[in-house]
Parts: sequence; structure tokens; C-alpha cells
Amino acid sequence: MLNIHLPRYERIWLWIGGASLVLFLIILALLALLGDLNPPGNMRMIAPEAVRTTPPFDKPGLKQIGPNEYRATVVAQMFTFQPASMTVPAGSTVHFEVTSPDVVHGFEIPGTNVNMMVIPGHITEFTYTFRKKGDHLIVCNEYCGSGHQVMMGSITVQ
Amino acid sequence: MNETVREPARPDGPAPFERGTFDRRDRALILAHLGVSFAALLIGALAGLFQGLQRTGFIQLPQAVGYYQLLTAHGVSLALIFTTFFIIGFLYSGTAKTLDGRFRPFERALAWIGFVLMTAGTVMSLLMILTNDATVLYTFYAPMRAAPWFYIGLALVIVGSWFSGWTIFASYYRWKKAHPGEVSPLFAYMSVATMILWIIATLGVAAEVLFQLIPWSFGWTARINVELSRALFWYFGHPLVYFWLLPAYIYWYVNIPQIIKGRLFSDSLPRLTFLLFILYSVPVGFHHQLMEPGIGAFWKFLQIFFTMIVVVPSLMTAFAMLATFELSGRLKGAKGRFEWVRKLPWKDVRFFAPVLGMAMFIPAGAGGVVNASYQMNQVVHNTLWVTGHFHMALATTVVSTFFGIAYWLVPALTNRKLTRGANNLGILQSWLWFLGMLLLAGSMHIVGLFGEPRRTAYTTYRDHPVVEVWLPYWQVMGVATVFVVLSVLLFLGIVVYLWAFAPRLETAAEYPIGTPLDPAQRPPRILERWSLWIAVTAVLILVAYGVPVWEMLQNPEPGSPPIRSW
Repeated sequence: MLNIHLPRYERIWLWIGGASLVLFLIILALLALLGDLNPPGNMRMIAPEAVRTTPPFDKPGLKQIGPNEYRATVVAQMFTFQPASMTVPAGSTVHFEVTSPDVVHGFEIPGTNVNMMVIPGHITEFTYTFRKKGDHLIVCNEYCGSGHQVMMGSITVQ
Repeated sequence: MNETVREPARPDGPAPFERGTFDRRDRALILAHLGVSFAALLIGALAGLFQGLQRTGFIQLPQAVGYYQLLTAHGVSLALIFTTFFIIGFLYSGTAKTLDGRFRPFERALAWIGFVLMTAGTVMSLLMILTNDATVLYTFYAPMRAAPWFYIGLALVIVGSWFSGWTIFASYYRWKKAHPGEVSPLFAYMSVATMILWIIATLGVAAEVLFQLIPWSFGWTARINVELSRALFWYFGHPLVYFWLLPAYIYWYVNIPQIIKGRLFSDSLPRLTFLLFILYSVPVGFHHQLMEPGIGAFWKFLQIFFTMIVVVPSLMTAFAMLATFELSGRLKGAKGRFEWVRKLPWKDVRFFAPVLGMAMFIPAGAGGVVNASYQMNQVVHNTLWVTGHFHMALATTVVSTFFGIAYWLVPALTNRKLTRGANNLGILQSWLWFLGMLLLAGSMHIVGLFGEPRRTAYTTYRDHPVVEVWLPYWQVMGVATVFVVLSVLLFLGIVVYLWAFAPRLETAAEYPIGTPLDPAQRPPRILERWSLWIAVTAVLILVAYGVPVWEMLQNPEPGSPPIRSW
């Protein structure tokens, strides 16, 4: 059907390229399926106006839920994070759940893999284990208005 | 397939239609599009200059001008307006030339309707940005609400561009009627493919703007489904980048072989490449939404798979370009393994500018694979890395190619000469652009890996230690910004000279269209059965988007009221 002449070198070139692409996709799929390495997400929803009155977002903060295990309930709003700062011991696993009562925000901790979109109406979840001690900066990495550049928070690992 | 070869293999030298001036009316049409695109380039570059110097700490903006307002002007003018007008002007020039030399009155009427709609829309949207009523960046994410006229302006640009598509389809159809059984000219084929891709892609953003944003911004509907609006935007947002890239590919595949006095390596493979782009550039938008809720992991991964397939036509193009160059060198008598490299016209800006763009496409493509790599996206999402990526792929690869096109297309339209002086200044301008972008986009990539967010005004986050690492890169980015803006100004100066002041030609200007190496090798007919390829595209879109969008509609989010946060 597609009787197109391909020179021999081009066929070799495309085979090498195609095979490495397939290998690459297999690695990504295995990391996702076996390593449980998936980007943040979740299908939970919440009305933006109800954020400040609905548990758990009515009392945003850090809660210990097990040995070395925490749940961080965060409200990202114009132009602050609540809570603005958190402290956890080194080696803690933190389950983040973040939502927005107004516009779209980002939740990024430079130097880690924590990088989430916060969409009003939805709850974004991601789990991360903090091993490195120090003061981590939290920034909003999605334009959210005139104060976007001052929207920050911190998480201290002791 | 039992068809006779109607057209004899061409003798050396271009076919008759490639000589001869443009029809006066086509010339006015194409120059009008190029004129608007250059005006948008100037606005966008100046906005980029002040925006870039503000965020890197070199200047402070006056009270009356907002950083994000400038950033919106930069993105809308360059990504949406400059590109669209330039592309349509270039596609018109080549379709008019290769489809029997000129447009017909009906086609021209469609084209002018498109031009008027797009220009009116552009002015409307830019005015809203100027009055600070649309500081929502060029992605205009809900629930930030711009003035309704901003969205209406954008809708006019989109609908206008559909008329441009119909102009090209109508002239293609007219040519096919007049030449039954013949294979269409490659330039026209690729233009049709580009506009098919564009129309399929813009259906998404048109639905978002017409059915969601406009009624909601007027207050006729109270809430907007934010996640659905984002899905519709990115259904359009990724093929948009291929809409920028494909015209550059047209130039590389069709025009450059003639400029370097070579031959088309193949007449069929480029057609296949363009078909693959139609198929695999739309069902991929979720790879811009990997970090967000409301879309299942399975659907995200499926679209990653489709995204990566475009690596194949990119590899085909890389091979074809080098093969074309080698072929041209060998036709000029080059021997040995690499002597052909020296036979290439390095001092011809029409060749040199796009070659710099091609060189930048190698790191740009590699970075793109990182962006689309599901897990790896987490490291770079919404950091300056992404901005660096499209300043390589769009602003260097595509725009440098557009520079190379403008240097001969503008004088070809005004029947003036691309003088030696203008050519040499153009080479200087291309170097300035390439090196400036290398420094700018290179720094953005590195500092993005250190976590610096994109789309953010000057801030040191209360002198947080993380920011210290970013500071040296700001110095480089600020200087590079000045480089690239100087380059744009130089380009525009040369264009004004070529448009109005360069010496007139005695004979008609050449419009370079390459001829295939082996004209006897006819492209398979199936490549031109558009209904088949559009149907396959529709199936792929349905597979990739059907279920997740159905879920967004069946189990809708609570929705958001409009907010003005600037």
C-alpha cells in the first residue's frame, strides 16, 4: 500500500531510533507500573467556595498519621500558602493534599520532585519522603495574579 | 496503479511558473500578512525586552506597566499573532506559485475575509492587553477572567485563520480538477496538510473560547469547568507547536534544495512525514497536564505514548536534510566523505539562517523528550526549563527559518534584489539571534533544573538561599535578552530596506522550488486521500480524549466563578 522507497541507511537510522524509543517507553511504563512512579493527580473534588469550611481544608496544617508519616493539608490561595511553614523530621514521608479556593496555582519545592498543579474544584495529591535536612522553599509556579512572585512557603526538615 | 506520467521530467532549471512576478493582487495579499506579522514581532520583542530585564533584576518597570501585562503582550504577539500571520503569508506564496502561478478571485476573496477577521481580532485583543483588562498570559487559564473582548478578539483570529485554510483548500481543489490524475506539487500538498492540522487543532480552543469563556466572561453563565477548559486548550496547545514547525519543514524540504542548487531527496517521504504529524500531533495534549488532578494516570500515559511517536517523523526529517545537503554537494562535484560540506552556500543567508535553526533543533528535540517523559516532567514542569525549551524550538528553530524565508520572500514580492550587503547583515543578524538564544535558552534550561519557576516577576523569595544559585544565570539571561532584541531590530531594518529601498530587479525574482532527484518515482496515491487520514486522526483523537472528556462532562467538577487577580 505505502510503497515508498526508503534508502538502506535511512532504514537503519529509523530502526535504531524507533527501537530506542520503544525501549524508552517500556522503561517509563515499568517505572509507572512496578515502581509506582506516577505524577501527582487524583480525582477528588471540592467546590472552591467550600474550601474554608470543609474538612480537612478548614484547618490546613501538618498532621502526624504514623511513625515518620505525615499528612500536609494545604490551601494555595492568592497569594499565600496555608500553612505558610511546616517542620518535619528527616526521613519523614509527607502526603500532600492541596486545593485552591480561587485561581489556578502551582506547588513546587525546588530541589525535590514535589511539583503539582493546584486547580480550583480539585484536590491534588502527591507523596514525598524528605531525606535532606534544611529549609526547603515552596513556590507557586503557575501565574496566579499580580502577587504571584510573593507567593511562597517553607518546609523545614530537621 | 496504472497512471501515465503526464509531465515530462523537468530539464535542469526551474519550471516556468517559478519565474515571473507574483500577480499584483496576490502580492498585496501576501505582503499584508507579512506586514502584520512584522508589526507583531516588533511589539512582542519590545515587550520581551522589558519583561526579560525586569525579571532578571536589571530594571524596574514604571508604575503604569505591569510585568505580567508585558508578559501577556510578549506571548500573544509572538506565539499567536506573528507566527500565524507569517505562516499564512508564506503558505499563500508557495501555493499560489505552485498551483498554476496565481490565486483565483474566489480564493482571494476568502483570503481577504480571513485577513480582515484576524487583523480586527488582533487589534481587539492587544487593546485589551494595553488597558490591563486581559493580563492572563497567552494561555488565558480560567478562572482568571479577562475582558470578553479579549476572548472575542482571539475567536476572530481563529475563525479568520479558517478562511485562510479554505483559501488553500480551494486552490488545491481547483488545481486537482484541472490536472486529473497528477500528483500535487509538494509545496501545496504540505500547505494543505498544515492547514488540516491547524483546523483540527483549533476546534478545541474555539470550543473553549466560544462555549465556555465568552458566555462566562459576559456573566451569562456563572461558573466554568476549569479542567475541561484546560483540556480543550491543550488539545489545541500542542498541535499549535507543529503548526509553527511544519512551515519551517516546508521551507527545508521544498525551497532549500533549490537554493543550494540540489534536488529533493524524495517526493514521497516528506508527504509521509506530514501525514504522521497530522495523525500524532493532536491526541497528545495531556502531556502538558501531567501534574494536575482530574485526569486518570492511564490516559496521561496513553497520550505520552502518542506524543513520542512524533519522534519518528523528526528523525526522518533529520535524515532527509543531511541527505539533501550531501546530494547537493556531490552534484557540485564533491568527492570523499565530507567534502560536500564545503560545497554548501554558507554565505547565503537564505540557507545559513535556517541551518542555525536546524542545529538548535537537536537540543530542542532532546529537551522535548524530557518534557514529555511522564515522570521526568515532574522535575521541569512550570520551571524556566520549559521556557528555555520553546525558546530553542520555536524562537530559534522556527523563527530563524522564518528569517531565512523573509530575506528572499519580501524582495521576491516587491521585485527587488537581496543585495550582498543585506545578505551579509542578515548573516550577522542570524548569528546574533542564534548566540543570544543559545545563552538565553541555555541559562533557562539550567536554572529551571534548579527549580526557578517560569512566568514569575523579579523576586528573591525573601533572599532564600535557593535563589543564590539562580543569580549568575540572571546576568546571562539579561544580556542575552538585549542580544536577541537587537537582532530583531536589525532584522526588521533589513526587511524595511528589502521591502521599499533595495534596487529593483530587471528580470523577475526567483521563487525557489526544488525538483525531485528522481521524478519518475511517483508518490503513492493513498498519501493524497485526505478523507482517510482525517478519519484515522478522528479515531486517534477519540481514543485519546473520548473517555476522559466524557468523564469531565458526566461527573463535572463544581466549577469556578470568574476572578480578576491582577
